[in-house]
Amino acid sequence: MIIQPHISIQNLNVHIGDNHILKNINLDIPDKKVTSLIGPSGCGKTTLLKTLNRLLDRQNDVRVDGKVLVDGENIYDPKAEVTHIRKKMGLLSQRPFPLPMNIYDNIAYGQRIHGNNKKSELDEIVEKYLRGVNLWDEVKDRLKSPATRLSIGQQQRLCLARGLAIEPEIILGDEPTSALDPISTQAIEELFLDLKDKYTIVLVTHILRQARRVSDYVGFVYMGEIIEFGPTEEVLLNPKEKLTQDYVKGFLV
Amino acid sequence: MPTSTNTIRLRSLNKKSTQKQLLKVMRSFQKFCRVAFSPTVKNKRLLKDRFVNKTFLAFTLLSISMVVLIAIGLFYKSIPLLDSTSLSNLLLSSEWKPFKEAFGFYSFIVGTLWVTAISIIIALPLSLLTGIYLSEYAHVRVRKLVLPLIELLSGIPPVLYGVWGVLVIVPLIQDRIAPHFVEFTTGYSVLAGGVVLAIMIFPLIISIIIEVFDNIPQDLRNASLSLGATQWQTIKKVVLRKSFDGIIAAVVLAISRAFGETIAVLMVCGNLAQIPQTVFDSGYPLPALIANNYGEMMSIPMYDSALMFAALLLFVIIFLFNTISRVILYRIEKRNT
Repeated sequence: MIIQPHISIQNLNVHIGDNHILKNINLDIPDKKVTSLIGPSGCGKTTLLKTLNRLLDRQNDVRVDGKVLVDGENIYDPKAEVTHIRKKMGLLSQRPFPLPMNIYDNIAYGQRIHGNNKKSELDEIVEKYLRGVNLWDEVKDRLKSPATRLSIGQQQRLCLARGLAIEPEIILGDEPTSALDPISTQAIEELFLDLKDKYTIVLVTHILRQARRVSDYVGFVYMGEIIEFGPTEEVLLNPKEKLTQDYVKGFLV
Repeated sequence: MPTSTNTIRLRSLNKKSTQKQLLKVMRSFQKFCRVAFSPTVKNKRLLKDRFVNKTFLAFTLLSISMVVLIAIGLFYKSIPLLDSTSLSNLLLSSEWKPFKEAFGFYSFIVGTLWVTAISIIIALPLSLLTGIYLSEYAHVRVRKLVLPLIELLSGIPPVLYGVWGVLVIVPLIQDRIAPHFVEFTTGYSVLAGGVVLAIMIFPLIISIIIEVFDNIPQDLRNASLSLGATQWQTIKKVVLRKSFDGIIAAVVLAISRAFGETIAVLMVCGNLAQIPQTVFDSGYPLPALIANNYGEMMSIPMYDSALMFAALLLFVIIFLFNTISRVILYRIEKRNT
């Protein structure tokens, strides 16, 4: 039985200007698992993540060749419509970026832009997803205050809830804990572990311990290529490739 | 003493001012520097530092004192008028009869407001849409081509805008636009002034708006886009909302610029001391009043003082608006860092 994975990357090449950023990437991302992309700074792992929901579009001089299939649809097909593709994925960036509106509206934003304006439904959704990221009790009395007044850790959880409120299948995290303190980091990591039953999660991280704690699969990216991909323990503890060995050596165990 | 020779040389420079002299002065200055900053002088670095610090401070104080001096000068010159007529009378009476010493500025103030308001009403939507297009939609190559052209517009001397207004806008209003609305107009009107001013201030608004937009982190836009928002939804609900006060600051700055613009407005407004009833009537903005009359008719008692009062009015208004916009822009900067 062949199961179509949510995300399948085929012969993907990305050029930015004259730089060949991603070289011939082929990768099937396992469904309902946490997949971590690790690698040194500037290796292309963030670019790889951004190609998954076409956030590279706005950057200048970007050329993308190859296919990224999301639910069987090539998102780089010239005819592909980008907003419904992005709606399938919630994004968590390095720093939280709450939208310039209050807490309630931040969560309701995704529903509203897709045409849902029913107050009772929105109320329900806001509560559900704020509870989902364990933020409800902290903010339920100040839903109408600006989201920027929350602490950074709360903001990142808010952003996660905002992403989940569009009911995506996939969560993309671009070093989502790099700006957070250890306690907030732990909170986000625990959320990922809770969420992986329902969502396919792709995580870019430079913290190998984090990759080991939360992910089921790890891909090692180096100089724009996927050097090794496999189950977390295998890649991190018994890497087959010399490059991977050098990279993980000393950071783990 | 090297310094005294320097002053003597400088004096002789004023008389003859030949290249040879200049060279000599420069050489002696070099010599002076060599002596003053030579290793034999103790604490050379500290001396240098103090010298630089104090001179630069002096020049800075000199340049900002200009603003204060101008304000004081204008106020001092307007005192005779303020003594003879009450402030409310000056501002709210529209009786302008210099020979009878009746100086009511109301019609001039209204004229200025009309022209400024019209220019903002035309320029704001124009620049907002251009700014949004260039910053959010346009390809970088288009932007690199268009933006310098727009900025070039702000470098064109105002008198050229005035000529253009007289040759193009005034006849256009007189022959094409006004006949649909009023029976007769010369075309020299507050509308013509507003249109010309709008073209003059819109590069300013655009460049500030684009700067404000560029200050918004790309990741914030991505946050909205990644939820499946269209570009327009993102602009409307995130970009514009985030840059709202920046846009206000741009408009306020543009208003203060429009208030003070003189030559171009003077050429197309008609310059009649009356309160315009429609946009097709002539008006007489304050800067045009000053520019047209200063130096003439100065034998009329109080006329000098009246014009200085007009200048003071302009000064105060522009100062206020500039300050407001600076405060807003400063707050944005602080918030974004």
